[in-house]
Amino acid sequence: MKFLEGSMKQELAKFFVFAAAVFTAPVFFKGGYIVNVLVFVGIYTILAVALNLLLGLAGQISLGQAAFFGLGAYISGVLTATHAANPWVAMVIAAIAVGIIAFVLGFPILKLKGHYLAMATLGMGIIVYIIFNETVDITGGPSGLSGIPNLSICGIIFNTDMKNYYLVWSFAMATILLSVNLSASRIGRALRALHDSEVAARILGVNVRLLKVQIFTISGIFSALAGSLYAHTVQFISPASFGFNVSIELLTMVIIGGLGSIYGSFLGAAILTLLPELFRTFQDYDIVVYGIVLIVITMFMPGGLVRGVPLLARFLLAKVKSGLPSEKRV
Amino acid sequence: MLRIEDMTKIFGGLTALQGVSFSISAGEITGIIGPNGAGKTTLFNIVTGIYDPTSGKVYYDGKDITGFPPEKLARLGMVRTFQGIELFGQMTVLENVMVGLHTRSQSGIIASALKLPAHLREERHIRERAISWLEFAGIAELAHLKAANLPFGKGRLLEIARAMAIEPRIILLDEPAAGLNSRETSDLALLITRIKDSGITVALVEHDMELVMEICSRIVVLNLGHKLAEGTPRQIQEDEQVITAYLGEG
Amino acid sequence: MELFEQLLQYTLSGLSTGAIYALIGLGFAIIYNSTSIINFAQGEFVMLGGMLTLFFHITLGLYLPLAVVLAVVVATAVGALFERLAISPLKDAEPIILVIITIGGSILIRGVAMLLWGKDTHALPMFSGNEPIILMGAAMMPQNLWIFGITLIIITANRFFFHHSISGKAMRACSVNRIASRLVGIDVKRMMLFSFVISSAMGAAAGIIIAPLTMTSYDVGVMLGLKGFCAAIIGGMSGGMGTVAGGLIVGVLESLGAGLISSGYKDAIAFIILLIILFIRPQGLFGKGEAERV
Repeated sequence: MKFLEGSMKQELAKFFVFAAAVFTAPVFFKGGYIVNVLVFVGIYTILAVALNLLLGLAGQISLGQAAFFGLGAYISGVLTATHAANPWVAMVIAAIAVGIIAFVLGFPILKLKGHYLAMATLGMGIIVYIIFNETVDITGGPSGLSGIPNLSICGIIFNTDMKNYYLVWSFAMATILLSVNLSASRIGRALRALHDSEVAARILGVNVRLLKVQIFTISGIFSALAGSLYAHTVQFISPASFGFNVSIELLTMVIIGGLGSIYGSFLGAAILTLLPELFRTFQDYDIVVYGIVLIVITMFMPGGLVRGVPLLARFLLAKVKSGLPSEKRV
Repeated sequence: MLRIEDMTKIFGGLTALQGVSFSISAGEITGIIGPNGAGKTTLFNIVTGIYDPTSGKVYYDGKDITGFPPEKLARLGMVRTFQGIELFGQMTVLENVMVGLHTRSQSGIIASALKLPAHLREERHIRERAISWLEFAGIAELAHLKAANLPFGKGRLLEIARAMAIEPRIILLDEPAAGLNSRETSDLALLITRIKDSGITVALVEHDMELVMEICSRIVVLNLGHKLAEGTPRQIQEDEQVITAYLGEG
Repeated sequence: MELFEQLLQYTLSGLSTGAIYALIGLGFAIIYNSTSIINFAQGEFVMLGGMLTLFFHITLGLYLPLAVVLAVVVATAVGALFERLAISPLKDAEPIILVIITIGGSILIRGVAMLLWGKDTHALPMFSGNEPIILMGAAMMPQNLWIFGITLIIITANRFFFHHSISGKAMRACSVNRIASRLVGIDVKRMMLFSFVISSAMGAAAGIIIAPLTMTSYDVGVMLGLKGFCAAIIGGMSGGMGTVAGGLIVGVLESLGAGLISSGYKDAIAFIILLIILFIRPQGLFGKGEAERV
């Protein structure tokens, strides 16, 4: 019994430390340009965590997450820019609509496994992207949709980087907390179980088919929320932000951070959003870097940085302590 | 309790089972034996909902359960273990058993994500029950090891502890003694007997004759997809056809 | 143009692109049958075929046939390198790991191509001139004949190799039972390498013969790869005539859809077909085998 309380206390403590860091960061950075970048880190964190629930926890690969991201953004964008709806109401509608789409698509798609599932989700993502491009009357097509209003609460309009930072990160923290909770629960165990052995999970009464669709739906809803937030902070969206490349970026983020590690997803999102900013001149190289990173981390650091770095540190420390000449043993 | 009627299963060109019928009585340990390729595991797979039969029916407590999926059978109190143990390798021993308690708990996604008080209470309860099942199987000290790191014999015990956690009325064990040494096998025999004594019906597919003859009260013999014989251990040992089928086998 | 002539036109051009999809699909099937891996990077070899030929022929000014041969050789070398460095060490890993590795490989190859040759689209010169051939009112480029001809040759060679040569049969054995293959002395690792070599060569060839018609750039690989995969799925991953039929079906349906319904949704058509097949009959229209529930 003590153990349970202990590990829960540990998780809560971790969360509060992280939350404290998140909420004091803008002050620390004196509200500079980096706060703007951190807003995007927040959005991508939500997306990466959503993918991690699906891929890291349940072991279901999805290469079409950008579709839900885009649907959330476009539904919010169109309802508010073209039809002057209340942004919060639009956000809820977007979340519900995407949830329904994910739930309905989930049943046939998640019957597939491994490569076939990857291809199906990829196909789904591309179809949605093409729809964004072709339904010019609604979405504005390749030229995009502009004039999306900011969100506001009680007269406070979220129109600056600082305000958007707190807005987006509130959602991100909520997503992280809910995901961490879900992961360490009966449902989380059932998901990890079906990841390891679907047949054994079924034999123990886990309704694998339904659970997969449920987590796919949740992942979709989180992604849609990220999309709505994106639309209202940037105020302009175009299909290019929701293409196949974005789905691959998200995959890379989750892999870097470590499959199954919720905080790792934040790390992955942060690294992949911050690095291109820090190395502006290398922006064209980013696609090559993603490829190399994906391969190298998958081959040599399967637990991602979250598990790999401490292991590497321990390994190097042991080397230093023993003072032996270094012997490469991978 | 469990009745198999005229079970036939054909895979493409291979007839794995042909017209097999027999019953398993409640509260007993029934052994299903036969040379390799006799169709024993196929039979288990059909009963537990993993395959559909080509024809034939399975009755559980008089109810037709043919074609019911495994998760539905779990809620009706049927569970099985696998020949090549199917553990949740990346989870700890304790967590494996906690998954076994899935049908004995109900926190849904919302309660779990929000960590509502009812969910927290239930988690505590699940953990306690899981530990007691580990104690039942004699592996409580391994609770926090990763399941993939367990030695084979312990892994078997974990699979059984996990299966017991759903509080089944019938448990089907697929070659539980495979890969165990003689000491582990006698521990297994004791465990299975204890399971039967607690009121649970046991069906056992096995190759280890000593174990089967020792603990089973009834035995069904399959050969090449047909039922060859059925009876008490003594009757089976003296059955001419069975002896012939096993000639050359240990 | 009359409706009949229109339909014929669309069908002919659809058969042409369909032949390409068939070649790409065969590439997928060959690797899958020897290694159980779906090589997400398959499309990139198609891209490399076209881009490398461009490089050798236009930038380096080499004679076109020489450029073609060199392009195939280089693309094949890349495929072999990829297999040796990234696939072979991980052949026993979970499918998800391999999916991610091949995805990584595909974006790496695409990224390098972009760095080397930029983002522009380029046209390769037609193999035998620009005069269209008129057949029953529909126009066909000589390039289309090249496509049909070369595809036919490759498919025949393929069939011969896999059904009548020792190496080919050995590769088929690997796909059925890896352990048993090793026990009878088949070098599984070499077979895996071989399968990548053959697939990348075929992919590159496909990319080269279509490039004069459809332009080429660093990112054509993604779409072509996916459509080729669609062909492979329809054929049940068998790597035989089913895959060829699959490619032709996708090509023709796509062409008819683009012509008769809307050209913007052209790419979506292939993916909708893909989803429908995966949802309803994942073992393909021409595949065999029971789908077990486990």
